[in-house]
Amino acid sequence: MHPKRQQRLIIALVIVLLSSATVGLVAYALRGNINLFYPPSEVVAGKAPLGRNIRVGGMVVDGSIKRSTTDLTTTFIVTDYAAEVTITYTGILPDLFAEGEGVVAAGVLDTAGILVASEVLAKHDENYMPPEVAAALEGKQPRTGTAKIYRNGEV
Amino acid sequence: MWSVIHKMGSPPWFYRFAGVFLRWCLPLALAGLLVGALWGLFIAPPDFRQGNSYRIIFIHVPAAVVALAGYYLMAFAGLVSLVWKIKMADTAMRAVAPVGGALTFIALATGAIWGKPTWGAWWVWDARVTSMLILLFLYLGVIALFEAYENKAVAARACAVLALVGTVNIPIIYKSVDWWYSLHQPASIKFTGESAIDSSMLYPLLLNIGAFYLTFACVVVLNMRAALMNIHRQSAWLTQELTHP
Repeated sequence: MHPKRQQRLIIALVIVLLSSATVGLVAYALRGNINLFYPPSEVVAGKAPLGRNIRVGGMVVDGSIKRSTTDLTTTFIVTDYAAEVTITYTGILPDLFAEGEGVVAAGVLDTAGILVASEVLAKHDENYMPPEVAAALEGKQPRTGTAKIYRNGEV
Repeated sequence: MWSVIHKMGSPPWFYRFAGVFLRWCLPLALAGLLVGALWGLFIAPPDFRQGNSYRIIFIHVPAAVVALAGYYLMAFAGLVSLVWKIKMADTAMRAVAPVGGALTFIALATGAIWGKPTWGAWWVWDARVTSMLILLFLYLGVIALFEAYENKAVAARACAVLALVGTVNIPIIYKSVDWWYSLHQPASIKFTGESAIDSSMLYPLLLNIGAFYLTFACVVVLNMRAALMNIHRQSAWLTQELTHP
């Protein structure tokens, strides 16, 4: 290779390496701030600030959703399977919000450790499948002819 | 290998190559897009959680994938232009920028449209969404920087450096969902092991990704050919190509 081209190639590679190292160090220094949310175990361990707007993300615990009968307030518990945080929210929840699904809630922690959310986002997972496959995986695929019985609520 | 690079650098050779390439690949790309869209919209089954709204994946994911790959192509062309001073590499770099920028915009726009019904928000400052927005600004920056200089040789050098510096963003976009807690789900298509997406949805998705790649290649070659014709509008070889094809 021509020495002049070689020199230019080295300069170009050094530019790429140095800029990558710079961005890498910045990202490393900001690693806590780039996370979109705190998992419940960090909230319970006291790593999340009180009285400030934060986000908490986790899975909604089965059977923990309690809806108010008078307004749109919903209370539910999220878990990362290490710790749990109770969240209360007044408003319309996204379509994918359900027990056993992921959510990210933005709000303020009160002194009792309950997150008073101003926004609840659904975090869906990477699994995509047709409904029949999902039903088969759950092991409750309705056989043809029995669907009517299921619909009437009597098995 | 060197002879191929030297041939690629020759405008008359590239002009003829572009003609042959487009004659075969452009119809194939358009057919791929059509079949992919019909397969994704009508044949692929609905998702068990998201119903029909997941079908935007057949545009969102291919656009994002090709926008990332296109950036590497632009940066590689920038490197060749910087080191070997081949004019064709400048042309390639400039041809990729608007196409990559458009694909990044499509990925962001379809992501917002998809985000509203699934996440519950149009826009979230999630690591992947934010780094994708930076990618859009990098593409726009290369276009703007080239236009900012009167001397096009200096402009090409500045753009090449910007494109090379920006490559650090690509692995960040790709790995952001694994490195940080984000609202985006992890990758569904896995190169090793079983994909988290059912094969009845995976095959149309792969077809769409292939069609997007081919369309991207065709549009870039069209852009490059148009730029060459503009640069060499007074050359004898171009007059001859146009009058005696």
